[in-house]
Amino acid sequence: MRIFDTLSFTWQALTFAKLRTSLMLLAMSIGVASVIVLTALGEGARLYVVDQFSSMGSNLLIVLPGRSETTGGANPSAFIGETPRDLTLDDAQAIKRIPSVKHLAPIVVGAAPISYAGLEREVPVFGSSQDMQHVIKMSVAQGQFLPETTFHSATPVCVIGATVKKELFKNARAIGQWLRIGDRRFRVIGVLASEGQSLGMDMDESVIIPVISAQTVFNSPSLFRILITTEDRDTLDKTKTKVLNLIKKRHQGEEDITVIRQDAILATFDNILKTLTMAVAGIAAISLAVAGILIMNVMLISVSQRTAEIGLFKAVGASPTLIKNLFMTEAIFLSLLGAFCGVIIGYLGTLGISQTFPDIQFITPWWAHISAVVVAVLTGVIFGILPAKRAAKLDPVEALYKR
Amino acid sequence: MNETQIQLDNITRTYQVGEEKVHALDNVNLRIEAGDYLSIMGPSGSGKSTLLNVIGLLDRPDTGNYFLNDTAVTSLTEEQQAKIRQQTIGFIFQSFHLVPRLTAAENIELPMLLAGIAPTERKQRVEKVLHNTGLSDRANHRPDQLSGGQRQRVAIARATIMQPQILLADEPTGNLDRKSGEEIIEVLETLNTQGISLLIVTHDPELGRRASREIKMIDGKIQSELHNKQSP
Ligand SMILES: Nc1ncnc2c1ncn2[C@@H]1O[C@H](COP(=O)(O)OP(=O)(O)OP(=O)(O)O)[C@@H](O)[C@H]1O
Ligand SMILES: [Mg+2]
Repeated sequence: MRIFDTLSFTWQALTFAKLRTSLMLLAMSIGVASVIVLTALGEGARLYVVDQFSSMGSNLLIVLPGRSETTGGANPSAFIGETPRDLTLDDAQAIKRIPSVKHLAPIVVGAAPISYAGLEREVPVFGSSQDMQHVIKMSVAQGQFLPETTFHSATPVCVIGATVKKELFKNARAIGQWLRIGDRRFRVIGVLASEGQSLGMDMDESVIIPVISAQTVFNSPSLFRILITTEDRDTLDKTKTKVLNLIKKRHQGEEDITVIRQDAILATFDNILKTLTMAVAGIAAISLAVAGILIMNVMLISVSQRTAEIGLFKAVGASPTLIKNLFMTEAIFLSLLGAFCGVIIGYLGTLGISQTFPDIQFITPWWAHISAVVVAVLTGVIFGILPAKRAAKLDPVEALYKR
Repeated sequence: MNETQIQLDNITRTYQVGEEKVHALDNVNLRIEAGDYLSIMGPSGSGKSTLLNVIGLLDRPDTGNYFLNDTAVTSLTEEQQAKIRQQTIGFIFQSFHLVPRLTAAENIELPMLLAGIAPTERKQRVEKVLHNTGLSDRANHRPDQLSGGQRQRVAIARATIMQPQILLADEPTGNLDRKSGEEIIEVLETLNTQGISLLIVTHDPELGRRASREIKMIDGKIQSELHNKQSP
């Protein structure tokens, strides 16, 4: 039989049994579509996290008080760790003198009531230095960032987030106005550009003041974190060792801080989410196998319904191989068509999700497309073999003289 | 004298039905020459269909030898038998066995499609045979839109489209009224006069008498053979 004839014959057989065909197509396309949509979700989440981390420089070191359980390991829980021994501004000052340190921002965080002209709100208040702007990529929409001063100078100035500005000042000019934070007054010198989330901290809703002022407001001499950037990535590990040694010396020989490479955390998240994506894709692939079993069953029914037809084919000279090929073609045709519909449905689904969550980019990775289609076709082949063999082996006499 | 086309030597075909062995064919010997016209008669269950199926290579005998055009066909593989069936044998059934989703023309074309004959040639041959059988205006009708006589004519056209040497008809008029049955037999006899060997299984004694060789079967055996002079 000619290839084109085989295909058009198959097409005719499939379009004749519309219900049966659409049922199998549905099962196959749901399988393929779910692989595509679910991997898009996983990949989107991964890219989102990677993007969040990248908003901070990639040559960033995070110093936090307390010794990490997994030494040197990148442990995301380090972000919310306890505080056994304080990191102080003097520690920060000392670290800043290490030559390979480019920028250093001491960080103090707390919530404090802020008020202006009778309006009061409770917002996160960050205490830091000018370098914070370089360490966490932030841009200033109006005015300027914190001035370059020593850590110990308590200039009463503040930089406010875009949302804070909108809520306290509406459309009025904020620069030069005096805010009350806790029981102290600060002059607004800058408004941050709206950036959205960064590492789960919404800078739009925050206020930044000099670090020493924040320590006074929160009445605590300790630092939450020290963020360091180096000139380049090659010096990260060297700097990390130097910081550890320096603090050990300053803390009576005790290594009671943890220094994390930011890119190590990133890699950890990246790995976790990649694994998650694969797992989700694997689960979706199970629905492909289910589709395969459905195809097999429906094909078996089809073979028994078409017994007389198969008997006749044999009577007019079709060989068992030819009949097997006809049914295999049908199975493969179905799964290819199902995969094609699935890819389209998957695309539309991904598009729909992207429009619902415009912040996150949902893109199905190329390997998911290819493997979904390959698995779909393989499923068709594997689950098509049994019905096709059964058709080929059919006894023509029994098929033709079914009593 | 013509060449021997079909030679059956001691052909036996048994079915195991529960404990019992049923001899559908019991030591059958038969010689058929090219262009012969045989009718096969006998009570129900006497093995007529089984004989036809063995000759048509749809069924394998348990013992005995079958030579088709001097080839021992019983020892061939299924694939090889399919090839011979495709080229030398045409089947016609009582229940027509047309493919319901295919039109009359497509049903006639089917054997050529499976044989891999080029589309242009297929089209030519189908058109010619549709014209010869007076079915041209039914070409695009599906089987359920055709009368019984028309269906059987489509089936005959399909059975002969590969230009076989042997035509095996198992009660071809069994589902037809007298008049269309008559017409079908005439079509088949015309093909026979053109040289095709014709074997018709029938329960109708009148039809049986029209064949030059009238075979009577009982219990899987050929009981008698009559030679009728008055060939059509
Ligand atoms: N698949 C089968 N299994 C068991 N026995 C069978 C089978 N096919 C045929 N037989 C038996 O073989 C014998 C011959 O059957 P066959 O169909 O050849 O008879 P027949 O002469 O064509 O009868 P009818 O006139 O009713 O068509 C019968 O006894 C039948 O019961
Ligand atoms: Mg019979």
